[in-house]
Parts: sequence; C-alpha cells; structure tokens
Amino acid sequence: MEHIVIIGNGISGVTAARHIRKNSDKEITIISAETDYFFSRTALMYVYMGHMKFEHTQPYEPWFWNKNRINLKKGFVTKVHSKLNEIEFSDGEKLSYDKLIIATGSKPNKFGWPGQDLKGVLGMYHKQDLENLEKYAPNNSICKRAVIVGGGLIGIELAEMLHSRKIPVTFLVREQSFWNGVLPKEESAIINKEITDNGIDLRLGVNLQEIKSDENGNVKSVIIAETGEEIKCNVVGLTAGVSPNVDFLKDSDLEIGRGVKVNRFLETNTPNIYAIGDCAEQHESIGQRKPIEAVWYTGRMMGETVAQTICGNRIAYKPGHWFNSAKFFDIEYQTYGWVWAQSKENEARFYWEHESGKKCIHINYDKNTNQFTGINTFGIRMRHDFFNRVLDEKQTIEYVLEHLADANFDPEFYKLHEPEIVAKFNKEHHTNIQLKKKSWAQIFSA
Amino acid sequence: MKAIKNLGLIVFLIGLAVFTGTIFTGSFHLTSDELDTYLKEKNYKNELIKSELEKAIVTSENLTIFEFSNRVRNAFKTSNEHYDALISKYDAEKNWDKKGAQYQYKIYGKPHTLSFDLAKIAGTGFVKENAVLVWWLTFGLAIFGALLFILPNFKTLGRPGIKNNGIYLESSTNRGWIAWLVLFYLVSFYLVLYFMPDYVVNWTFIFDPISKFLNGGLASQWFVYGFLYCTIMLVMATRMYIKYRYNKYQLIRTTSVLFFQIVFAFLIPEIMTSLNMPGYDFKNAFPLDYDFFFDWNLDTLNSSGAIGLFILVWGIVLTLVIVPVMVYFFGKRWYCSWVCGCGGLAETLGDPYRQHSNKTLKAWKLERWLVHGVLVFSLVMTFVTLYCYFTGAQSFLGINSQWIKDSYSFLIGAWFAGVIGTGFYPIFGNRVWCRFGCPLAAYLGLVQRFKSRFRITTNGGQCISCGNCSTYCEQGIDVRAYAQKGENIVRSSCVGCGICSAVCPRGVLKLENGPEKGRINPTDILLGNDVDLMKFVNKQ
Repeated sequence: MEHIVIIGNGISGVTAARHIRKNSDKEITIISAETDYFFSRTALMYVYMGHMKFEHTQPYEPWFWNKNRINLKKGFVTKVHSKLNEIEFSDGEKLSYDKLIIATGSKPNKFGWPGQDLKGVLGMYHKQDLENLEKYAPNNSICKRAVIVGGGLIGIELAEMLHSRKIPVTFLVREQSFWNGVLPKEESAIINKEITDNGIDLRLGVNLQEIKSDENGNVKSVIIAETGEEIKCNVVGLTAGVSPNVDFLKDSDLEIGRGVKVNRFLETNTPNIYAIGDCAEQHESIGQRKPIEAVWYTGRMMGETVAQTICGNRIAYKPGHWFNSAKFFDIEYQTYGWVWAQSKENEARFYWEHESGKKCIHINYDKNTNQFTGINTFGIRMRHDFFNRVLDEKQTIEYVLEHLADANFDPEFYKLHEPEIVAKFNKEHHTNIQLKKKSWAQIFSA
Repeated sequence: MKAIKNLGLIVFLIGLAVFTGTIFTGSFHLTSDELDTYLKEKNYKNELIKSELEKAIVTSENLTIFEFSNRVRNAFKTSNEHYDALISKYDAEKNWDKKGAQYQYKIYGKPHTLSFDLAKIAGTGFVKENAVLVWWLTFGLAIFGALLFILPNFKTLGRPGIKNNGIYLESSTNRGWIAWLVLFYLVSFYLVLYFMPDYVVNWTFIFDPISKFLNGGLASQWFVYGFLYCTIMLVMATRMYIKYRYNKYQLIRTTSVLFFQIVFAFLIPEIMTSLNMPGYDFKNAFPLDYDFFFDWNLDTLNSSGAIGLFILVWGIVLTLVIVPVMVYFFGKRWYCSWVCGCGGLAETLGDPYRQHSNKTLKAWKLERWLVHGVLVFSLVMTFVTLYCYFTGAQSFLGINSQWIKDSYSFLIGAWFAGVIGTGFYPIFGNRVWCRFGCPLAAYLGLVQRFKSRFRITTNGGQCISCGNCSTYCEQGIDVRAYAQKGENIVRSSCVGCGICSAVCPRGVLKLENGPEKGRINPTDILLGNDVDLMKFVNKQ
C-alpha cells in the first residue's frame, strides 16, 4: 500500500490527510515536532486570554486519528533523501515514503536585531511561544511593559492578548499607519484609533534599533532607531511577518526560493514530493495573488487540492475569488475580492463609514464598466456566498448595492445600515439605486 | 472599580450568610388548640397521631426547627407503625374487615411535609416577627451586593465586544474550588428545598407579607423559590445586559426570558390564586410540565369552571399545536432560550458556566439516549395515569399509576431537573437538564431536526477552526465540526442562544430561519476553492 508521509500537522497537512483518507485506502503518516495533535494556530491567542484551554483549539478528538487510520508521529525532520524516498529525523531515525507532502508552515521573521535571542524575546506563532509568553508575561507585576515590533495581524493580536491581562504595551510599527500596505488609508486609520483607544502606546513609523539585556540575559529595554528613545520592558514580541519554514531542506534536491518551489499542481521539482500551505511558493503568481500565501484558507485549499492529485485525479491548484478575515480588537474585518491599499488605474472606490467610526465598507469597482471587484467590511458581517456569486457573475456595484440586504450576515435584530450606505452612494454619484428587500430566493440561488 | 466589586462581593456574601443563617433561628412549639385545629382541618381520624404530636410538640420548650422536625417525624412514624402492625396482625388473622378499617388511620404524604405544615404554625422568633427587616438583610443585601459586583463590569470588562478574558484563568469559572463550593451550596439548597422543606420554614416567614399581598395566603417554600428564581434571573440578567450590550439579539432574548419568568411563571399564577383560580403557568408546556395530566390537576381544573376548562384546552393546544408550529418557523429557540424558565435560569445564572458542557462524541451519544429516554418515560407515565384516571384502575400492564408518578417526580422532577440540573451548573455547565433530561426539549428537538426552517448558517469558507463556538456552546454541540466543513448546523439540541455567533471572531455563524431547501448542505470542499473541484467533489 502506498505510504503518504506529511511533514507538518497544521491546517494544510491535516486537510490533505483527511481528503486522502476520504478518497483512498493509502497509509498516511503525519509528522510534527510541535504538538501531538492538530490545533488551530489562529486560536492560540484565546488560550492566553483565558477564553479557551489549549485542548479546545484541537478540532478533532484524539480517537479521530485512529479511527481514520492516520498515523501521528512526533519528531523533527532534518533531512529529505529524495533519491531513497526517505526522510531522516533529528535522532537519526529514518522513514520511507512513496509520496511526501511538505506542509511545514512558517516561522517568525527575525531581522538580525541585536538582542533578538534574549530571554523574554518571543514570536507568537508556535505553541512554544505561548508557553514562553505564559512564563515571561503571566501578569502585569512580572511583565511591567511589553514591546511589540511589527504591525501585522499577529502583532495586533499579541497586543490584544497582553492587553487582556492589563499589561502595558508599546507597539512599534514601521509603516506610517497600521497595515497600510494591505488596507486603504481609511480602514487603516480606523485600526490606528482602535489600537490607541484600547490604551496601547502605538508608535507609527518607527523601527527597532536593538533590544538591551540585563545582567541575567533578560530583556531590559528596547531602543527605537529613529529617536534613540529607550523603552523599558520585560517582554519583546517580534511579529514582523513570517517566512516559509524550509531550512531543513537546504541540502536536499528540492528547489527552494523563499519557500519550496511548486508548480500549479503543487508538485516540487522532485518526483513524488509536494509542498502545500505557507511553505509553498508558486513559480508564478496565480492571478493577483502572491506566490507565497501564508493564510489559513489557502493552506486548507491546497490541502484539498493536493489530496485529489495524490489520489489519482491530478488537478491544478486554482483558488477561487480571494477572501480573508481578521479581527482587530473588537473590529471584525472581512474582505471578498480585491481592495488594494492604493486603487489601481482602472478602479474607483466607494467608501462609507458609520458615525461610530468602528464600522465601514469599502467597495472597489471598475471605473468604466462599474463591475464590482472587491469589498472590505469592518464591523458588518457579510455573506461569503453572496460575494462569491457576484464576483462569478461579474455583477456591477449597482447590483451589489441593490442587494446589500441579501449580503448582510449580522446576527438577527442588528441595526442595518444598508439604506444609509445606498443613500450615500446615490448622493455621491447622482444615481437612484433602490435597496431591495432581503430575498431568500436570491440568497439560495447560488 | 476593583474595590467596588470586592465590596459588592462582601455585601452579597453577608446577605447570603444571613439568609442561610436564618435557618437556624426561631423556636417552635404548638398549643393544644392550634394542634387540634390543624388536625381537624386535615381530617385525621386518628387519636394516636394526636397524642403523639401533643407529647412531642405541645410544649413550653424552645425547640429548634431541627428538634421540632425530628419529633414530628417520630410521631408520624410511631403512628403509622402502630397501624401497620395492626394491619399485619389482622392480615395474619385473615380478619379482612378490621384490616381494611385501619387504612383510614394511616397518615399519607411525607413526614417533612407534615413537619413543614406544623412548623409554619408553630414558629416564633426574630425572623417571623421582623419579616420585612429580615428581607432587607437577606435579599436586600444580596441584591445590592450582587449589583455592586456586577455593574462595574461596564468599565472593567472593557469596550463593548466579546470579553471572555480570563474565564479559564479564574477558579470560579474554571472548575476551581470556588466552583465546587457553589456546586455544594446549590445541591444542598435543592436537597433541602425538595426533600426537607421544614428545615427552611424560616425562609417562608420572610415572605409571608409579600405572599399575603400577592395571593392572600402565607408563603410556602415554592413561593420562596419562585421569588428567589425571579430575583436571581433579574440580577444575573443585568450581568448579561452589560456583557452583551452591543449584541441586540442577546439583549432582546434576555428581556424575553425575563419577562416570561416574572410575568408568566410568577405573577400570573399568584394573581390567579388570589382570585381563587388554579394558579397556572401558561407557558409551561407538557411534558416539561409533567404533572399537567396528573389526577389531582385534572380534578382541580375540572372543578374550576370555565377557567379550568380553558387551561385544560390551552395546555393541550400548546403542546400539540403551538409548540411544533413555532418550532417549524423559528426553531426550538423560541421556547428554550426565549420563553422557558429553566432556560431562563440557564441563560442568566448559568451563563458564566456555559463553557463546561461536554463536547465529546460520547457525551452526544449519552445525550440522545438519555433525553429521548426521559421523553418516553414521561409519555408512558402520562398514558398510564390517564388510563387509570378514566378507567378507575390502579395500574396498566402491571405499571402502578401512583408508583410511576412518584418515581418520575422523584427521579426526573426533583433530582434531574433540580439537584443535578441546576446544582451542577458550575462543573458540568448550565444546560445539563435541558440537554440530557428535558422531555419537552427532546420533543422540540425532533421537530427542529426534521421539520423546521431554523438553522445556523455557516458563512462559506470563512471558518478558522478556532473553537470559540464549540467552547461556548452550552448544549455541547461541536459547532466547529460543522463550521469548518462549511456546513450549516442543524442539530436537535440547539436552543438558539446565539452565543456561538457572538463569540465567532470571523463572522462565520448566523442563526436564521429560511427555506427548508438547502438547509442541510454537506460539503467536502469549501467555498473559495476551485469551482470545478467543488462541483466535482461536493456532488458525490
């Protein structure tokens, strides 16, 4: 029986395993050095915040793996001997495979800052990071201040985590406005405000110079490059992005760029070896996507796809319309289609912001055809199905605004802002779009 | 803020301590006349019980309630043993006439109930004489303290939004020693309330003035319980209002359960009683209202004229028509988390414990056996009762009507719904009864699963498997297992509390009523991936 070995028990690897099991009787082994069981990495923050216990982040009960005949092996893979169809563990043990899936995910970036390996400096990615955080920042008497370096999604989550235990936080962000490489300036400004409103000391447009140590090798302070200011702190969170976790493949036959290079079929340059998830790098970008996408959803989709290929239905990875979501403190964010930080030449924008300053929608559309191309939404939940269909059907912004009630996914009884939104558009564009009533027939026509 | 909260906690605990302490106060003894009047009222034809009780409690001694109870129960026992002995004796002698004559002298009912009735007359002391003052020292202090503890949440919880911070770091909400202490108190409370009401007769004295005002009579232990229930719900609802102040679904739902508890379960029955009607909770549907078809209730309704007949018809229509039709349109949530009293307590007092429901597959299997088992039990019991009621038989197919009613009342009514159902909140979560035991929930669940427009819609491929939904599902549904497959949640046990949707950080879940078509949508490949692949795989 064919033996499928998967390195990495994250969402990509586990999704692949599940689908291979559904479609075949192959022997499956998942290897991880991090944890015994698959857990939701995105949920680690809630464990520190006390919303959940670690076991709650595990989507499957322990019996699941046995029942589905998926072997779990704990070990750290150090080498891939592709000519022998073998992998080697740190203790020298070897395991042979017929097909190998590399799904090793990411690791936090470190840019060679002085002091970046001191005690109390940590990323927020692995389960071990969570354990470190619990050790160095259990409360605000042991950790009097924490400094977070790097303004992405993990950075703001770490800020929220520390804030939940009332630990003062200084947040160093290189950009002039939070995440403005991804978000348009309006959304970015809302987040800046949300961060400072929560009492976080947000420093925009600054870089880390160095992390200073006390006599015991613990973090004592950080120095800001631009101003030379020293900020005393006990913990430093490095959250300046992630990069593919592929160091162990350096000496292998695999072609490595920043990640493991793969073609559209998620195949590497070496027969019988595939790479999926955060660690995979497309030779050429798919559509407007980046060659490496460190996103939960794309990891899962690659897992779904590679399983088909391995089970004999060779199929290219063709992700559908882009979507994503996040939560910035109390502001939920969803996006469907593309809304770039800067609009492109052929694009026009429509922006509506609620008077509270905590909700907004930003619609992107084609200037000439009025075709809807994407939406950002803050504080209003929207239906994935709806926008997926709208993008498929290449509907116009007028269509979207007319049917905004169908798109709304907020809980029942929530105040609906659609009339206000449509009125604003009508006013700005001298149009007469009429908001239609919510229609179940429309919603389920997809 | 922290200081105010701590002060509130201390004041609350003082109120609770005084309330608990009142049990041990007062002295109890009867005069001969009082005893005579009581026995006449009860129509006891038995001289022995009279002399035994006279010996025991017609005294100038200052008995505590425990000594008093003990003596009454001994008198009860002595009297019954005497006649039991006579019955065996005549039985052995085959003297049937004499044997049969003895039964009228036996005392039926529970010893603690007799003791309660007598203690209600016999009690004197500070509590009885200063009921209003003691109300303020107990309920007054506890309510004031609890509000002091709760209201600062407005600030301390942080800005509006889901703030479950620290729930698994606190002893009280993470099954620590405080949780066990609360469990111990609640279980003791229910045991005393159900099985030793005389021990808490002092509590009823506190409520005599209020009871007289509302229904004209003295307070029973059930009046105390009803009042306490409403008070706890009201106080804990303010906690809900603060915690979910940005979530309109939660605000409206909390107001609804509160309204139905206070008006329907408490005020209307009290007012009906004061008007000489049978006190009836119009929202309490059979089979949760398991004694609706008991002979005593049917007799009461029968003899209450038009209102009795109306209640009888309403009760039947409620269960057979209103309940299933409403479940079809709105799901069982309209009852379980919008109207029901048990649900109301679970959603207010129980909210801090909702995360403790067991999410394992094993628990789900146990749930299905147990809850449907209780449904069958309640139906069998009711059938036997009605059969015997109309035919005059004692039993049906060897099942004794009195025996099965007593068994159900004891096992399900008292132990499951009360002692376990509420007492175990802090350790096993707030819906133990609703999930594993409530026969009405089982019935509503069957309708919801197979014929309803209600579902929790999963928002395409947006789930990140974080597990907040499953963790905070009070019914132990592994919501994530569906959400991460892009599948709608259509489960019989879902009471539609809406918390999964509230705690979801990615806007994945929405409770809604929609067309039945497409309600159940199993998927393998989630929305967002290759369209052809989705079509190819999901079709299979």
